[in-house]
Amino acid sequence: MRSAGTHWVLLLLPFAVIAALWIAATLERRGGPGFVRRNGAVVATYLLLAVGLWALVMIVLPQISMVELSFRPKLPAAQMGGPRDVYTLENYRYFLFGSTVSTAHWNVTHLHAFGLTIVASVLVAAFDFALCYPLAFYMAQSAPPRRVRLLLLLLIAPYWVNEILRAFAFRIIFATSGLLNTLLLGAGVVAQPVDFLGLDVGMYAGLSYAYLLLMVFPLYNAIESLPHSQIEAARDLGAAWWRIHLDVVMPYARPGIASGCTLVFMLTSGALAAPLVLGGPRSLWFTPIVYDRFYQAFNWPQGAAYACVLLLACVGFVLTVLRLSRLSLGQITR
Amino acid sequence: MTADVELDRVSVRFGGFTAVEGVSLKIEQGEFFSFLGPSGCGKTTILRTISGFVEPSQGAVRIGGRDMRGIGPNRRPTALIFQSLALFPMMSVADNVGYGLRVRGVGRRARRATVERLLALVALSDQGGKRVDDLSGGQRQRVAIARALAVEPQVLLLDEPLSALDLKLRQHMRTELRAIQRRVGLTFIYITHDQGEALTMSDRIAVMNRGRIEQVGDARSIYEAPQTGFVAGFVGETNALPGRVVAVADGEAEVATALGRFRGRNPRRLMAGVAAVLFVRPEFLHPGGGENECAAEAVDLAYEGSVTHLALRAADGTRLTAQLAAAARSAAPAPGARLRLGFAARDAIVLPPAATDA
Repeated sequence: MRSAGTHWVLLLLPFAVIAALWIAATLERRGGPGFVRRNGAVVATYLLLAVGLWALVMIVLPQISMVELSFRPKLPAAQMGGPRDVYTLENYRYFLFGSTVSTAHWNVTHLHAFGLTIVASVLVAAFDFALCYPLAFYMAQSAPPRRVRLLLLLLIAPYWVNEILRAFAFRIIFATSGLLNTLLLGAGVVAQPVDFLGLDVGMYAGLSYAYLLLMVFPLYNAIESLPHSQIEAARDLGAAWWRIHLDVVMPYARPGIASGCTLVFMLTSGALAAPLVLGGPRSLWFTPIVYDRFYQAFNWPQGAAYACVLLLACVGFVLTVLRLSRLSLGQITR
Repeated sequence: MTADVELDRVSVRFGGFTAVEGVSLKIEQGEFFSFLGPSGCGKTTILRTISGFVEPSQGAVRIGGRDMRGIGPNRRPTALIFQSLALFPMMSVADNVGYGLRVRGVGRRARRATVERLLALVALSDQGGKRVDDLSGGQRQRVAIARALAVEPQVLLLDEPLSALDLKLRQHMRTELRAIQRRVGLTFIYITHDQGEALTMSDRIAVMNRGRIEQVGDARSIYEAPQTGFVAGFVGETNALPGRVVAVADGEAEVATALGRFRGRNPRRLMAGVAAVLFVRPEFLHPGGGENECAAEAVDLAYEGSVTHLALRAADGTRLTAQLAAAARSAAPAPGARLRLGFAARDAIVLPPAATDA
């Protein structure tokens, strides 16, 4: 078992952080009316407690325990907390180099899946952007309000259906004897049914669709606040339509673009339902591997290590992209 | 002089609504031409029709003799200055000014030379590197002018560009706009609902109402010789006395109104017996006698420095205003005093009633 000290730290940490937030709020009061004065003591206390507890119990603590777990060896329950339960880098070593008994230099399978997941997630985000930008622009700048409401409803309605069910629906569409193949065969476009699932078309379609809304809405919000006169001004000055988008609309919507792309990238790289349900036999997405570490290999420490690697890679990637596009984290959350 | 912009029986309809109805007009090269009218009179639609954002439902727009039908705003020899200015906030001042050249594929060096020349023209030479948001309202105004001039348009269109500025700056920008126009010698077409702007800056003014042009002329003729009741009432302060023509002679008409019989100029040659309105401006209404006389009671005095406004009420309740110049201030009556008002026949004008509900 874990030492009693760890438990105490974990139990006391929420209160320590709440205290820190309280002190920060009090300090803020020095310049103008502070947080407490603005909201009243009762509301301020509630906000601090609610946000503090939520952030800590739901986000920070589980992550900390995952990180801690990832540095432990896999041991039978009886040996936990025993002399062999020491901190180790074994799980991370395994990710890079594989089993100690294997002959390969690198853990090719897992590294390949990891790289593919990152690259494919970037492509999915880019594809979603290409798909959503014209739609978002149309809704934000051209469409009459009535049509905007209809489009929003059409966009949102499918998401009332559970994510797993949606994935299965894609399976029905893309299966060898599925809807799409029936249509293609019936129209005489193909002679043999196409194995869309084996070619991973189904998986990528499912992944692209899964987080589409998270691309549409930030884009829509960003473009909607662009005064239409700016587009007209660019046009009046002689710009062709594609230049107007490149020079005026996209730079203006940059925070929304970054926000949408980051959300889609992060969620796609961590998606589980679409790869599990729609992945072909040869497809190797990283999240099912993490899932297998936990529930097939029952190697929780190793699963935790894999999850940490994925999380760190994604956060690092996103921060790098933001730095390169000279956007701050605050701007994309606006 | 050649016609630079020609509107030939232009009508614009949006669905069932007619925004502009049969407007024909020739605007000459190098002219400062204003469209003046209340909001919703169709003046902005005319501007958007000339710039190409709106196609006329009927009639033709010709610029430099060339029919503009089917030519988009990005390919017309016009540049529009928007009411909101519509500067690009994510570009520097210099990039804003150079944008029109950039999309035309003008090289960086040639672009910089033009931008510098134009920034000097609008007195912003050292501000090129700044962000648009860091400039003051008047400076942003001048950036918008420079940006529009950079594409070397044949015609510059201005859509109430001064309306967002405060009074002092607005008056300053009037002189500045006029000076810039003289310097570059371009045709300026200016849209405004502010008669002061139109009267002070323009070579000619078109007064618009309900999608139609009521009168075209220079500032003096618009103010001193209005041709319709709408123009007389919209441009400048005036007292309107409705009545009926009872006699005409020597270019003058005598109108029977609720306050009595008055004589005034009769430019529209109204015949005896028709309904008419007699207009007399407050600055021509004096305490004391005159060719035309009526009695009224002083209600209120408003002192405004150079002039004093006098609000009056006639016996039948008609409200009148008179304006006393500073020199005549000693003649100002106290509120409540009864007095006689007089005005000369040449200072009053008799026009047909405005067709407000056509």
